[in-house]
Amino acid sequence: MVAGVMDIRESRRQLLLDSLGIMISAGGFGLVYGLTAGEAGFSPLEASAMSVLVFAGASQFVAIGYVVGGVAWLAIMLLTAFLNARHLLYAAALAPYLADRPRWLRAVMAHLLTDEAFALAIAHFRRIGRADVRGYWTGAIVSTFIPWNVATIIGVTIGGSIPDPSRFGLDIIFPAAMGGLAVGLITGRRELVAGIFGAVLGVGVGLAWDPAAGIIAGGVIGPLFGMAVRGKDGREREAQLAFGPEPRAQPAPFYPARPGLGVHDDRTDT
Amino acid sequence: MTADLVPLALLMGLATYPFRAIPLLLPGFERLPARVRVYLRLVGPSVLAALAAVNTMVVVDAARRPSFQIGPEWIAVGLCILVVALRKSLLIGLLLAAGSIALLRAVGAAPLP
Repeated sequence: MVAGVMDIRESRRQLLLDSLGIMISAGGFGLVYGLTAGEAGFSPLEASAMSVLVFAGASQFVAIGYVVGGVAWLAIMLLTAFLNARHLLYAAALAPYLADRPRWLRAVMAHLLTDEAFALAIAHFRRIGRADVRGYWTGAIVSTFIPWNVATIIGVTIGGSIPDPSRFGLDIIFPAAMGGLAVGLITGRRELVAGIFGAVLGVGVGLAWDPAAGIIAGGVIGPLFGMAVRGKDGREREAQLAFGPEPRAQPAPFYPARPGLGVHDDRTDT
Repeated sequence: MTADLVPLALLMGLATYPFRAIPLLLPGFERLPARVRVYLRLVGPSVLAALAAVNTMVVVDAARRPSFQIGPEWIAVGLCILVVALRKSLLIGLLLAAGSIALLRAVGAAPLP
């Protein structure tokens, strides 16, 4: 997969296929969250408010435990901020693509930015070499927000009559999807090194301190190792990494366009 | 139906939103130096790999104490990664991952989480 060479319709088809797995994952986790919240005494309104207003699975699960344990709301807020700090990286990585979109639109997009939405959006944007708002909504709303919230309501209202989703292996879909989407973003040695070090650092710091801190450490420090590796094709590759694929180029004056010659020019494939 | 925890949900949302929004709403973010943009381009594979690895290899107990996990989950996630690398199909990879772990659990070769 080369960054920025795929037709938008083809990339959207790929996005939809990838979204199917994420939908199943979000639905499965949402169901477990709803069940857990219901068992902890949350009303459907309270459980749904969390899923709509927080919309961040791990911190919602942890909050249930702390609410049941009688932990102060301020402490729950601080823990939520800590667990969700990784979203800063996601927003920073997407920001250059979305810079020319209206501010209000970016403000709405921000609320719907999750692990899954980021993974799907960044892969899609890199395939086409630019932002695609419709593609972002597909990843953020269709594949994540709707299944997560519908499943929350089902879980908290129907409760224990639902079989455990982990019996069907649904709990493995999230890490598998993140791993698969990471592989999809690897287009060179730098991405490979960044991915490997992200994983190693994530596990190391996760074991030494906390899994959420591990994910942040992997995401923050991993790219530095990637940057330390010189790309195979040197400065040209670095420029493409920084500024995206080359724009559609006009034929150079010393290389006049000759209709019908059929010469393949890589520069016009972007 | 009680609504006592709705304000807490709102506060948690407020605690999360700045992390999601600040880089997207900060003016001039698109004019970052090239090196910073290279760094940001590498965040994707790095943080997604960290998410996959941590969620597969690190488990926490009720007191949130982390420990290293070696188990069939590695095979399932590895299978998905292999399928994506070779076939470019996340959906098939995910179906194989979920199917394999469900099968292992059904025959008692893998415990339920």
